[in-house]
Amino acid sequence: MKASLTLGKVTNFIGLGFFTTLKDLFTGKLEKEELKSFLRKTIVPLASILLFIGLWHLGAKSLYNIEADFKIEKALEDQGQAAADALKACIASGDSSCQPNTLPSPSQVWDSFQSLLRDHNIISADKAAFAEKTAALNAKRIAEGKDAITYTGRPSFVDQIFRSLQTVFAGFLLALLIAVPLGIFIGLSPTLKSAFNWFIQIFKPVSPVVWYLLVFMIVKTLLIDSSEDSSFTISFISVGLCSMWATLVNTAMGVSTVDKDYINVAKVLKLGTFQKIFKVVLPSSLPLIFTGLKITLSVAWMVLIAIELLAQSPGLGLFVWEEFQNGANDSNAKIIVAMFVIGIIGFLLDRLMLTIQNWVSFDKTDAI
Amino acid sequence: MAYLELNNIYKSYNQADGETEVLSNINLKIEEGEFVAIVGFTGSGKTTLVNLINGLIKPTSGEVLFKGEPVVGTSHERGVIFQNYSLLPWLTVEQNVLMAVKEAFPKREKAVWKRKAAHYIDMVSLTPAINKLPKELSGGMRQRVAVARALAMKPDMIIMDEPLGALDALTRGNLQDQILNIWGKDKRTALLITNDVDEGIYMADRIIPLRPGPNATLGPEFKIDLERPRDKTEMNDNPNFKKTRNAIIEYLMDIGEERKSESTQEFVLPELTPKDFVK
Repeated sequence: MKASLTLGKVTNFIGLGFFTTLKDLFTGKLEKEELKSFLRKTIVPLASILLFIGLWHLGAKSLYNIEADFKIEKALEDQGQAAADALKACIASGDSSCQPNTLPSPSQVWDSFQSLLRDHNIISADKAAFAEKTAALNAKRIAEGKDAITYTGRPSFVDQIFRSLQTVFAGFLLALLIAVPLGIFIGLSPTLKSAFNWFIQIFKPVSPVVWYLLVFMIVKTLLIDSSEDSSFTISFISVGLCSMWATLVNTAMGVSTVDKDYINVAKVLKLGTFQKIFKVVLPSSLPLIFTGLKITLSVAWMVLIAIELLAQSPGLGLFVWEEFQNGANDSNAKIIVAMFVIGIIGFLLDRLMLTIQNWVSFDKTDAI
Repeated sequence: MAYLELNNIYKSYNQADGETEVLSNINLKIEEGEFVAIVGFTGSGKTTLVNLINGLIKPTSGEVLFKGEPVVGTSHERGVIFQNYSLLPWLTVEQNVLMAVKEAFPKREKAVWKRKAAHYIDMVSLTPAINKLPKELSGGMRQRVAVARALAMKPDMIIMDEPLGALDALTRGNLQDQILNIWGKDKRTALLITNDVDEGIYMADRIIPLRPGPNATLGPEFKIDLERPRDKTEMNDNPNFKKTRNAIIEYLMDIGEERKSESTQEFVLPELTPKDFVK
């Protein structure tokens, strides 16, 4: 009983309460009413997922047919009946050289996903072999004070994911370090607020592409002497600047709208400025600050793809762009795989922030 | 010289639609060790009066003297119990009280602070709830934390702004006794703002009605000549109590009537005729 209680609390806390119901189903502790709600929570989403995949499959199939018919017709017009027949046979045989290039079907996407994983395994094995081969040499080089030889092969899909996560966390950290302190100052001082208001209003809606270009202009000049690849720096700074606005605005708002009663308490207790900020103002605006941070993280993840693509910084964005440029017969399917991976990681990041937010906010309804 | 003195206080707020006069011509003297209650209708400017005395706001004209010195800003010498508890919801009972202890004894060790906080929490019998958050407490318990916090500042005077207004009758009675008990121990000066005449009579030495605003001012005072400790049930049969109570209520009713008749303002109605009037 105790264990299940804790599990329930934990899952509710991170916003995945449905796992508790799942557990209750297997332990046979479900009442009739609960069963109804359980069905609503599990069967309905499952059914809608299946429906989605079915519609996707049908849609992809009809797009495939349109594309195939068009190709055959074109061959008939340009090259005559024989070529058209040959193409038709080729398409029917499933030969990859002549497949219509359109929206991939769910099964193609699944195949691509597995091939990406296989690819990752091959590359990892390759890397491990490389490391083993160069271990002795590298030890010697380091002893001589030279740089170690590093693996320079192409990164696998999984490597790209981790690279993207690195970029987004660096950007998020930058946004946090700029927006939270600045937001506190703006929230505390009406003078600063009117000084910064135009700035916020104008820069908030600027698109990620423009932020990237701006950061590029500046960083390019600043790092003019450096031989290092600056694409990572540029992309994480752009991500940070682009996504920090929600936190900035929310922090300023939270700090400037602290309950008057709390301020009165601080005055009656004669707290100093620092005490007042850290003991009263900040705790009371934490929920709003974290709402801002949550939005910031999801915006950061969203703009990351576009910025990586522009900055040619390794990551999912670049992966998508390269696959699009590549135009191989499974490129489209790989792009869709990347789309789902981006979506799922975005969802997980959101849950992570929600959990932290529940943890720190004082009016939490169900503390562990 | 009186302990707390209010001389010709006038207070108005500047608002978009002109000046709103809240208090005018307030004169009040409270002696050391006295328990004074100010009774008034809701919205008569009681909270403004409290904020003036504890130094949260300044009077538009007139002066507030505490121990002969003009009041500028808040001070730990005047502890306040707010109407809506005003506990910090992210701090536990102990941490809430500790904040006040640290203010009253700035240069002590942590252990001393903790012991002091525990002492004041014990005073309002909340020791079992010492590590709870305000949201886990009932209304009465929250108000007791607020009382402990106000006492922990070691104030020379306690100002209570309708401290029991939001509580049910039973809890109210209990807390009244607890506050009186604590007050009786070291006879601090106390000012109670309330809208309950019985509460005023039960607790205070003097009752002063606040005539309702705008332009609220203090009415004539009523002395309560009842032996302490007072007993609620016995008090009801005391002729002295009955007389005072009736006098105060009559006075309050009268000014209530006055207010009604004063507000029979003439409204000029605009001349309107229906637009699509068919002749």
